[in-house]
Amino acid sequence: MCGQCGCEPAPIATQPRRLINLEQGLLIKNEGQAHRNRAHFHRHGLLAINLLSAPGSGKTTLLEKLVATWPSPPVGVIVGDLATDNDARRLKALGARAIQICTGDRCHLDASLVDRAFSQLDSQGMNLLVIENVGNLVCPTAFDLGEDLRIAVLSVTEGEDKPLKYPALFKSADAVVINKTDLAAAVAFERESALANLRAVAPQAQLFELSARTGDGLGALQSWIWEQLVPRI
Amino acid sequence: MDAVQRLAEQEVRRQGASRIHRLQLRIGSLAGVDPDALQFAFDVVMAKRCSEGATLDLEVVPTVCFCSHCRQDFAPRDVIYACPSCGALSAQILQGRELELVALEVS
Repeated sequence: MCGQCGCEPAPIATQPRRLINLEQGLLIKNEGQAHRNRAHFHRHGLLAINLLSAPGSGKTTLLEKLVATWPSPPVGVIVGDLATDNDARRLKALGARAIQICTGDRCHLDASLVDRAFSQLDSQGMNLLVIENVGNLVCPTAFDLGEDLRIAVLSVTEGEDKPLKYPALFKSADAVVINKTDLAAAVAFERESALANLRAVAPQAQLFELSARTGDGLGALQSWIWEQLVPRI
Repeated sequence: MDAVQRLAEQEVRRQGASRIHRLQLRIGSLAGVDPDALQFAFDVVMAKRCSEGATLDLEVVPTVCFCSHCRQDFAPRDVIYACPSCGALSAQILQGRELELVALEVS
């Protein structure tokens, strides 16, 4: 016995080699749970958003503004970070029902983590659930959490060509937010180039330009999210 | 890699086999998996188990999109999925996101 999987050591090959065809998806477990999450959220009358970006793009500040100005509070929030519950505390202070998931060394959320966090959340009277993913532009892309909408955030300080460097994430987004527009001049952000890159890489995505810090441009994003919710009510 | 290992070992038990000799994976070019990193993870994770010494066969699936104007499939040349016939941008990805355990060779 190898002590790990229960297999026998094989001093002598007792059986002939044979090929087993499996054709099985590696993320099948996650996909099943994501499907159950989606159905579960819908039964609770919730629109679920998966919010993704690189670390430091301003996801939490954007969430703070959404939570504080959402027309039908409270907003449910599940926040993923490697460590600390700072984000959940910031959001709770603004009236959100927030659960922090500390992922430890995991670089993305998966559907089971979201399911466990959601079971701790009182969803009574809520119509919006935002899941703030771990700051990472690669791994979270492959993991469906059961969301209705994916919103990717790109801040002006990250450079105009980020959508070209990390195309898979932007291609999977329903909307892309260009954040920190108040800093655009200071970092010589080339707006037209960024918009052209986004339109080329992610032609399916709605684009929003805003500053979460000043609140400038936030209304358009909020109205769009509200419009996605309306068919539910 | 954990999922590969879990699925493979489960299948080995189910088949009453005792060793894995070869593992065949299908990875889409959009799946966010770097083949070299995957090979490295494979060597680390599969060592000292019933799969010690097993080889990894990687089949990389190129991205294929659909152009709704021309009603035809095309293979994009870069990260901008423009139809080579009409230039329209496509967000309909037909293949390239695969992440599958295709087959196992066991004894």
